[in-house]
Order: sequence, then C-alpha cells, then structure tokens
Amino acid sequence: MEIRLEGITKRFPGRSKKSQGETTAVRDLTVQVPDGTLVGLLGPSGCGKSTTLNMICGLEAPTEGRIFFGDEDVTDLPPELRGVGMVFQNYALYPHLTVLQNILFPLENLKGEQRPSKEEMRRRAVETAALVQIEELLDRKPRELSGGQQQRVAIARALVKTPRVLLLDEPLSNLDARLRLQTREEICRIQKKTGITTIFVTHDQEEAMSISDRIVVMKEGVLMQRGLPQQVYDDPANLFVAKFLGLPPINVFQGRIQGGWLCLEGTPVLPAPGVADQEVWAGVRPEGFLLREDGPLVCALDRVEVLGRDVSAVCAHPACQSGQVRVILDPDCRMESGRKMVNFALRPDKVFLFRREDGVRIPLPEAGP
Amino acid sequence: MNRNETKAWLYLLPATLLLAAFLVYPLIDVLIYSVEEGYNFTSQTYWGVGGYNYLYVLHDPYFLQALKNTLILVAITVPVSTCLALAISTALSSIRPLRQLFQTVYFLPYVTNTLAVGLVFMALFQKTEYTDGLVNLLINWFGGQSVDFIDGPYWAKMFVLCFYTVWTVMPFKILVLTSALASVNPDYYRAARVDGTSRTRIFFRITLPLIAPMIVYLVITGFIGAFKAYSDAVALFGTDLNAAGMNTIVGYVYDMLYGDSGGYPSYASAAAIILFVIVLTITCINLLVSRRQLEN
Repeated sequence: MEIRLEGITKRFPGRSKKSQGETTAVRDLTVQVPDGTLVGLLGPSGCGKSTTLNMICGLEAPTEGRIFFGDEDVTDLPPELRGVGMVFQNYALYPHLTVLQNILFPLENLKGEQRPSKEEMRRRAVETAALVQIEELLDRKPRELSGGQQQRVAIARALVKTPRVLLLDEPLSNLDARLRLQTREEICRIQKKTGITTIFVTHDQEEAMSISDRIVVMKEGVLMQRGLPQQVYDDPANLFVAKFLGLPPINVFQGRIQGGWLCLEGTPVLPAPGVADQEVWAGVRPEGFLLREDGPLVCALDRVEVLGRDVSAVCAHPACQSGQVRVILDPDCRMESGRKMVNFALRPDKVFLFRREDGVRIPLPEAGP
Repeated sequence: MNRNETKAWLYLLPATLLLAAFLVYPLIDVLIYSVEEGYNFTSQTYWGVGGYNYLYVLHDPYFLQALKNTLILVAITVPVSTCLALAISTALSSIRPLRQLFQTVYFLPYVTNTLAVGLVFMALFQKTEYTDGLVNLLINWFGGQSVDFIDGPYWAKMFVLCFYTVWTVMPFKILVLTSALASVNPDYYRAARVDGTSRTRIFFRITLPLIAPMIVYLVITGFIGAFKAYSDAVALFGTDLNAAGMNTIVGYVYDMLYGDSGGYPSYASAAAIILFVIVLTITCINLLVSRRQLEN
C-alpha cells in the first residue's frame, strides 16, 4: 500500500496557561512511501517523527493536510478502519495475558462478518507467531520473555490482522547492542517476506541506513531530505543531514571560496570552479582524506587508532569546527607513528560545501568522481 | 551468634518490647479470659477452664442479632462501595475539567468526623416532632409514606446503616483506585485503540486486570473494616444498640465489657475471639480466591 502524506502539519496547544503559544511538531510535511518498501523516519529526538507515525496510525489527527493509503483518503478514519499495525516503543504487551492471548487480542476485537471462528483465529495467531519465530513461547507471560522476544510478540500482534501498513516506533531502542543487530535483520526479513509497507521511526542513523529501502530525515518537524540511504549519504541536501548521517561523523571546517578554490585558513585545498567567492562550511567525510606527502591540507597528528578493518587517525586543524578531525585511512598506507604533522589531499566526491548563513548545500558544477 | 547479630537484636528490642506488651500480651490475655469459666471481675477468681463462654455467647440472642447485623452489613457494603468507587474513579479519570473539584468533594467524607457526619444523617433521616427528615420529605413529595429510619422497621435502619457505611468508606477507595487508574501505562490504551477495542472490552480486559491487585487490597481491607464496624452504628442509633436491634459484634464486645449489662470480660473475650476467627477465615478465602484469579 502506497502511503502519501500531503502537507501534513501538526500543532499542539500550549501546555500551561503561562505559555500561550502553540507548539508545531510537524510542519507542512509531504512524503511518499512506495508500496511494499521499508522506510526509516530518521531524526534527533523531538523532531516530530513519532508524531508523524501517530498521525499515519490515526492516534492523532493532523491539524492540516491529508493522508492517503493508495487512493483512499484515511485522514478522518479511526485507527482500526485504516488497517494499520503498530509496534510501540515499550511494546505495550498486556502483562496479564499470555503471548497467545496477546496475539489473539486484535482478532477478538473484530465484529460481525469480519470476525473469524475460534479455530481460524488460533490458526492465524499461530501462523503469525511462526513468522516471527516464537511458536514455543505461546503460553508464557510477557514478563517471562527477553526484550527481543517481547519485540517479536509485539510485531506478531501488529501483523496478525494482516494490516496494510506496519508502523514501528523506535523498534530497537530498548534492546542491547547485539540484539539490536539481530532484530533489525529480523524486521527486514519479516518485511520482505510479508511485503507490507513498513515505516519505522528511529534516531539512530546506522539503524536507518542499514535496513531501510528509503530514509526520510526530519528536523524540528520539517522534512530535510528523503531518498535512498546511500544517495542521502553521498549527496546531503544541507549541513544538518550531512552531520546527522555517517559514523564517525563528518568533519566540518570553516572555509572560504576564493577565486574558484576552497581555502581553509587561507590555504587553497580543493578546486571549486564556478562557485562565487563566499564564506562556507566545508564538510569532509572521514573517508575523504588521502595521505599524500604533497597534500595541501596540513594537520597536526594527535594519535592513530588501529581498528583492524581500517585505521583511524585523530588530527587537529585550526579551521575544524569541532577541533578534532577524524580520518579513516586504508590500513595499507603505513603511517609512521612518530610524525607530528600529516599532509592530506581531499577526495572531491567526499567534500560538500554549505552556505555559511543557512547550511544549504552549494552544488559543485562538476562534483563527483 | 556473632556481634552484628547481637547488635541487630538490640536495635529491635524497643519495638519488640512495645509490641509484646501492648499487642501480644493482650491477645494471649484475651484468649485466656475466653476459656476461664465463671470469672469474677472483682475477686479475680474463676472456677474452671472450658468452652462455656463460647457456648453462652453463641446462644445469646443479642450476639446472634449482632452477628446477623454485621454479616448483612459486610455483605452489602463491601461489594456496593467497591463497585461504586470503581465506577466513580473511572468516571473521574475520564473527565478533564473540574476533575480536581470532584476529587476534593469525593474525598471530604474521609476527613469529616464520624459523629459530625452522624448528625448530618440525623437531619436527613430522623423523625422529630417538627419534621420527618429530608429523605421523608422527598418520599412524601413522590407520594410515598413516611418511614422512621432511626426507630422504625429493621430494614429501614439497616438501609441507613449501610448507606452511612458506604458513604464513609468510599473516599479512601476512590483515592486508591484513581491513583491505580492513573498509573496504568497509556500505551496499553493506545495499543488497544489501534486494534479497535471497544470501551467495555478495554475496561474489562485491560484496565480491570491491571488494577486488580489494588481491588483485592480494597476488598480485603473492606471486609476487615466492615466486620469491625461499631462507631457508625453508635453515631446513628446511640449507645444502646441492643435496644435498637442494630448492634454489631464489636458493639457486643464493648457492651459486655462496659455497657449497662457489662462486667463480663470472659464473654467479651469469647466474642472477640469468634470475630477474629471469622475475619481470619474470610481473609484467607479472599487471598486464596484472588491469588487464583490473578494467576489466570
């Protein structure tokens, strides 16, 4: 089921009498989610991503704008008529019911002709449990399950009515690091197997990048960028997106365009033909540095961290915004540890220029490899 | 016993002594009194040990009346007050405006003196030379006959006593239940809404099981409290409860000790022990039933 949000705005009234102002959680959001895809809604906390999820679910009504599932306008429909399944951040499993009873619960709410027979309900519940691989846990209570198992039960409960859309609110935030890796692959597998259009909310860029078909990046209720994960990473629309995606994070330098060159601390480091002279932010991905004896970018070497797969060098450069430049190098390039200064050349496709005043990306006419 | 353990017992000693002197000793004393036959209060003598006191009490029509009154009171007020408190607190937690006001109003009886409330109930129910009481005025208004609620038929007096008891025990129950309802994680309700659960089903399948431990607590303490009823009856019908036919077990114990027919600590002790056995049995049944309920 394709989902379209058209100009969604959500305003909450001021909480107390003192602060009369409204809070705008989501501002004029227009997003399209293609049928059968897994989409990650990504942003820092408080960016309105959970509110957006709640509006798609029907738990909250948008102040303005329309929501479409396919051609059907569902904006005014209650959640149960939209055909959505929702997995809550804390799973919200009913603690007094067994796993089987929890999964049966949505089916038992059905009325009239929609209501399947007892055997049919049980068959579907067991089938869904098998899909998420919890068949042997059906008689347990939620408190007897691990976090990962609870998560599976919550997914099974959301899937048992075969919803048109599956919504997951921070599905991995309550799990430890190892389970997180496992569960995110599990979510990906279940989504591919069922083919249900799935939207999940996360503040962890790695999570979103790793399993999503598309990602949507939001900040303070405003859409920043959407697209394929790799495409958003390689071609960020603004400084916020560039900084939010990628680990280790992008290195941001205070720079200046002069005579078609990007200059850091007055030294030209990279040609920027066709860009007007101005103050800029220059973002360089950690993998965008090349060790060259004659490289124009000179940094003071702080330390070298060998991580096996690659070598990470921590350097200092006076123009760097955070004071620390983190560089990822090929392990083959032998770096002598006694050195005080290192010279780098920059890979043009890993360097992004942003306007100093608002952080909007400045396109390079012949950027890219 | 190492030094630390000695120290621990030393720290516990004051509390243990106080408990022993004022709780354990009297309990044992009551038990002893209850089996001493023909105990004389003035000479402090008795002529035998046996179950006569129990037999006497169990054949005393005043005690049987008190037992009947207490059982009726318990059977009516505990379920009624618990259900009513549940209904009111559910209503309270689903409204936004004026909630604070209503909470205060419902809590007022809890901080009001029993005897003062008794006076108000007099004004509502008692017949005097000048007026038949507010409730009778209402009954007359709808074309009914006046009923004497204080000195009249048994059912009318029992109705007033139950009404009064329910009214005084409700505030605490409402207080406990509203906080229990408020502590239910709203995500359960949101999850139920996504699944299109009806309001009644949400209440019976989600809310009620989640606050069940609190309800069990209220029922058990409610039973114990109702079995120990005394001051409510005094506030309504005066101290001569036997004459009014509205005595309770605790009232009977008191009368046996200090009333006009008083001076029989043996009978009083026997009655107290009988009450204790009843309350203990009921509480055990309650615990067993509720534990089984909570497990399912």
